[in-house]
Amino acid sequence: MNFEQQYIDLYRQASMALKNSSATLLNNRRDKAFALFEQIGFPTRQQEDYLYSQIQKQLGINYGVNINRINSPVNDKEIFACNVPGIRTDLFFMLNDQFHVPKQTKSLPDGVLMCSLSEACQLYPELVNRYLGQKTVKKTDGFVAFNETFSQDGFFLYVPKNRQCENPIQLINILRSKVDLLTFSRNLIILEEGAQAKLLVCDHATSDVNFFSHQLTEIFIAENANFDYYSLESTHLKTNSLKQIFIQQNANSKAVVNTIGLNNGCTRNHIEIDLEGSGAETWLGGMLVSDRTQQNENFTVIRHLAPHCKSNELYKYILGGQAEGTFSGRVVVQKNAQKTEAYQTNNNICLTKEAQMYTKPQLEIYADDVKCSHGATTGRLDESALFYMQTRGIDKTEARMMLLSAFTADILNYVAVEPLRDQLRSMVERRLRGNSIKCKGCSGC
Amino acid sequence: MLEINNLHASINGKEILKGLNLTVRAGEVHAIMGPNGAGKSTLSAVLTGNPAFTVTEGTVTFYGKNLLALSPEERSREGIFMSFQYPVEIPGVSMVNFMRAAVNEHRKHRGLEPTSASEFLKLMRAKKELIELDSKLTNRSVNEGFSGGEKKRNEIFQMAMLEPRLSILDETDSGLDIDALRVVANGVNALKSSDNASIIITHYQRLLDYIVPDFVHVLYNGSIVKTGDKNLALKLEEEGYDWIKNEFE
Repeated sequence: MNFEQQYIDLYRQASMALKNSSATLLNNRRDKAFALFEQIGFPTRQQEDYLYSQIQKQLGINYGVNINRINSPVNDKEIFACNVPGIRTDLFFMLNDQFHVPKQTKSLPDGVLMCSLSEACQLYPELVNRYLGQKTVKKTDGFVAFNETFSQDGFFLYVPKNRQCENPIQLINILRSKVDLLTFSRNLIILEEGAQAKLLVCDHATSDVNFFSHQLTEIFIAENANFDYYSLESTHLKTNSLKQIFIQQNANSKAVVNTIGLNNGCTRNHIEIDLEGSGAETWLGGMLVSDRTQQNENFTVIRHLAPHCKSNELYKYILGGQAEGTFSGRVVVQKNAQKTEAYQTNNNICLTKEAQMYTKPQLEIYADDVKCSHGATTGRLDESALFYMQTRGIDKTEARMMLLSAFTADILNYVAVEPLRDQLRSMVERRLRGNSIKCKGCSGC
Repeated sequence: MLEINNLHASINGKEILKGLNLTVRAGEVHAIMGPNGAGKSTLSAVLTGNPAFTVTEGTVTFYGKNLLALSPEERSREGIFMSFQYPVEIPGVSMVNFMRAAVNEHRKHRGLEPTSASEFLKLMRAKKELIELDSKLTNRSVNEGFSGGEKKRNEIFQMAMLEPRLSILDETDSGLDIDALRVVANGVNALKSSDNASIIITHYQRLLDYIVPDFVHVLYNGSIVKTGDKNLALKLEEEGYDWIKNEFE
């Protein structure tokens, strides 16, 4: 398998066109990234970090790439129905990699910016330049290089010092195309000291073609800042998705990163968090409901680089059909990171004999005064609990549903916005019942 | 009400019940005693439809219906309740949601609308008082972190909520101290009427000081070998099971 060649050829042919329709700040990195990509190619399963990864295989499909950035028509009405009832979110869209602000979206709190990355490159070049690539520059990862070679846009979120966003910000990624499509987005999120925001990113696919969506996101959370990142994927069996998220947390900052996967083809969530300042806290986790031939991988690294930081990691998988799940989580506690608290748990339920789970919880501790634990369980649904509920008159299917909902409840509890949590809970429930899980009134997905 | 005829049942190919006969009429309390391994718990498992057990021969009818053809949940809705010897902990499922789902399934079976939230809470409160259940327990997940006594009380609470026609108490007295035993027995007695019946499976006589049986059966080696009144239980308490074993070996 040498899937790289077609992309190498593509870049050689189209690099001028690519650069002509992209921001200079992104172009500055492009040739270097390409040189690295040409040298190392896509990661293979021989590499530790990609041991069980299936995502590489999905790049063999002959996808189209929208190099000349031909705009697709956007209809506000069609997509606006994705709203969460009961709360006002500040709503934005990405159609493939094209950023769109619906007319109804009100202005954000003073100084808060949410726009396309290319617009940010033009309007706030110094700000973007200070952060963009800070987390990726040291990576020798074929996928990072791939994204930096081809990405032309994405979103940009900036919350200035001590500014607090009351409403959650919602970004809906919609994949829509007549032909098989590969999209890249390059995203940048900056929270300055004491800033606060919650971002919900939803991924949907509305056309019945093969998609590969590659999102590369850098997130900077400064001292005392507070950021919640919720990701919801509800696409389809032909959608492959690689989400690489690199996060830096400074002193006393707090982050919640919660990824919920309800429907997809093949997905790899690759999340790395650097706790660089003392007293930083992180909750990292997510859940999956997966069946048919769906493949899902969560690859995470949390680096405790400073003392007195806390991290808590929890992933739960429900696998049916011939679904395949992978959890690979690494927590590294560096020598000077004394008084670290780090906990990591992965619990999985396989509903069928054909469902498969690979799990690799890892702790690397170089400090000597820390509290750490890690563990994983994989099993079947508790038959004795099921029988107990049946003897009280509860239907077997209903009892299964209650047990599976209970299994995932603690993940949803880490969604701090109540109406959103309720909405997610009912989506999970509908998914477990095998019903269609499109949001109320949504014509898109 | 309940008619068990020549019941044979096995688990993993091993026959445990070997031709058991029992008739229970409304208003009656039956005690089933017997040494370890006699098949007491197998009987309750078979009556409630535990899939681990296979019925190989015989019939069980409940108000004329073939009980063995019904799923565990259908048996429950028909009015059969078992208090488990080892109630199962269900983390994450709250007592309120669990009980409400159960009560509404029973109501649906009887052609009734689901109960409203306020009605349901009122019902819960009344039943909790009846069996002296700590209010806090119903705010938790089902049986999670409950003590042995609390779990048994919770079983009787569920019984009070579902108002079964036939309740099977499987070693409900095991692991209970005297106070808890009294509370559990008071609950069972309060729920007793001329329309319902109970089968009390027990190892010891002491529960029968509180719940007075109309019949005492001795289950041995998979069938009922002796039936008497409450005095049979006293004799077993005094003399143990050896004389039964000697008689039937």
